[in-house]
Amino acid sequence: MPEQLLFAMEVTLNGLMAGVLYALVALGFVLIFKASGVFNFAQGVMALFAALTLVGFMEGQIPFAHLINAIFGTDIHHFGWHVNALVAILMTMVVMVALAWCVNHFVMRHLVNQEPIILFMATIGLAYFLEGLGDLMWGSDIKNLNVGLPQGINGWIDETTFNLFGYGFFIDNLDIVATIVAVALVIVLIAFAQYTKQGRAMRAVADDHQAALSVGISLNFIWVMVWSVAGFVALVAGIMWGSKSGVQFSLSLIALKALPVLMLGGFTSIPGAIVGGLIIGVGEKLFEFAVGPLIGGATENWFAFVLALVFLVFRPQGLFGEKIIERV
Amino acid sequence: MPDTQQDGYMTADGRRIGPVVMEMRNITLRFGGVVAIKDISFDIREGEIRAIIGPNGAGKSSMLNVISGFYKPQEGEVIYKGARRPPMKPYQVARDGIARTFQNIALFEGMTVLDNVMTGRLNHMRSGLLGQAFWWAGAQKEEVANREVAEKVIDFLEIQNIRKTPVSRLPYGLKKRVELARALAAEPKILLLDEPMAGMNVEEKEDMCRFILDVNDEFGTTIALIEHDMGVVMDLSDRVVVMDYGKKIGDGTPDEVRANQEVIDAYLGVAHD
Repeated sequence: MPEQLLFAMEVTLNGLMAGVLYALVALGFVLIFKASGVFNFAQGVMALFAALTLVGFMEGQIPFAHLINAIFGTDIHHFGWHVNALVAILMTMVVMVALAWCVNHFVMRHLVNQEPIILFMATIGLAYFLEGLGDLMWGSDIKNLNVGLPQGINGWIDETTFNLFGYGFFIDNLDIVATIVAVALVIVLIAFAQYTKQGRAMRAVADDHQAALSVGISLNFIWVMVWSVAGFVALVAGIMWGSKSGVQFSLSLIALKALPVLMLGGFTSIPGAIVGGLIIGVGEKLFEFAVGPLIGGATENWFAFVLALVFLVFRPQGLFGEKIIERV
Repeated sequence: MPDTQQDGYMTADGRRIGPVVMEMRNITLRFGGVVAIKDISFDIREGEIRAIIGPNGAGKSSMLNVISGFYKPQEGEVIYKGARRPPMKPYQVARDGIARTFQNIALFEGMTVLDNVMTGRLNHMRSGLLGQAFWWAGAQKEEVANREVAEKVIDFLEIQNIRKTPVSRLPYGLKKRVELARALAAEPKILLLDEPMAGMNVEEKEDMCRFILDVNDEFGTTIALIEHDMGVVMDLSDRVVVMDYGKKIGDGTPDEVRANQEVIDAYLGVAHD
């Protein structure tokens, strides 16, 4: 097989893996949008916040250490212990549920029946608040997150492909793990929505608030639950992204990459988020590979957005979104 | 006059009407300066079909919304199951055994008919989230038991053939019936129907009438309904409350109400000279 084709195949595979990570963030958006009609701009920052908190717990960091030191003139930073990754993940999940409760109790609950744009603005505010809170609690330095996931080149794939084609594919173990985790996550989410009592209640709330109330569903409970689930998805995304490129504040920008994914897949479709993520991931890698050298590279920064723009013009509801038909 | 009997009576067609299950006492509801309901009292007896009628804007729907917790009255109290009911949110009222339908159908359009009816069973399902994840067999058993009730209701209302159809594809009359099914699946102590026959053609109206009577007859469900169509109301109900401009102008059996001069004036209009 020609070298070029093999290289393109490798690029495609890597693109698929990157796409999975985009899809993970997009999933969080879709969940909240479906259940409460809120476009949660803070989803990316939630992933950052979750990753920061996780690292903080694992390293035994003292929350608000800088603030405490500044006020009391002390010089404390760490408790001096390390927490097992699994325990730290569970602790972080508790924090994310608490965050969900706070978001509903202090923000969303007061904005029921408001225009979508107002809710959207509230989540932008929330995004900046969370970014500041993360900074204040855990500090702004770049942190290394290692929860024990395998990293580095997958030797087996490298060897096998080398034996087959005479060219070894470079596939990162972490990307393989991310793919498996993403698939498992989607299966769990779909099972939850389709087959549990709470999932049924969640779909009911998404469909009609009044009707949901009339069958005895507490909206507040469902909203806290939905934000908790979104927090859980954010945590998973935060772990994957944090393991890959370190926990840093630019992580919150991955939320922006999720936007074109959503425009492609449709804002209301879980499979859409997955497929959209994969298309963007593969598309931008292949485009960079094929066209990049001709026009000076760095196409990955804008390719996704241009693709989304094309979709907005020709298929505004996305690939899997519900088509909106207005009856006159 | 049934009110003199404390513990109920038998109707002419042999149904048993029980003691008072809900009593509205001096309910007043205001929206800003507008008085929607003015000092209204009436009661609902177990097993009866109680109608609330009146011209447009009389405050009928507001009354239903007070019962189901969507509106909070400024004055007055609701006595339910023998005790004063504290202020409740709509979902708490629903959990307390009061199911309702809406004037403008409020169904879960994206779900199938069966799923819609199953949401009516939510309050009867006990197992929590973790229980469902880790004790699958138990949750399954509960699901099956609730499914049976839902299927029974679906059979009863003759919507078996559309069980798996998404609600958004159904015609108006069937949607109304699905909404009734969902409310009925909750096995409510009181079933509130807000204009169950609004916007229906004659045939659909007859069907709906039959279903309401059958539900009441078969399950002994207490029903309070709002209706515009005088003919329908008189045929259906055991007792009727008549409202006009937020006030109660009549209360009694259909025959008594029909003979009430104030009611006739409200409906036909009266010449002021």
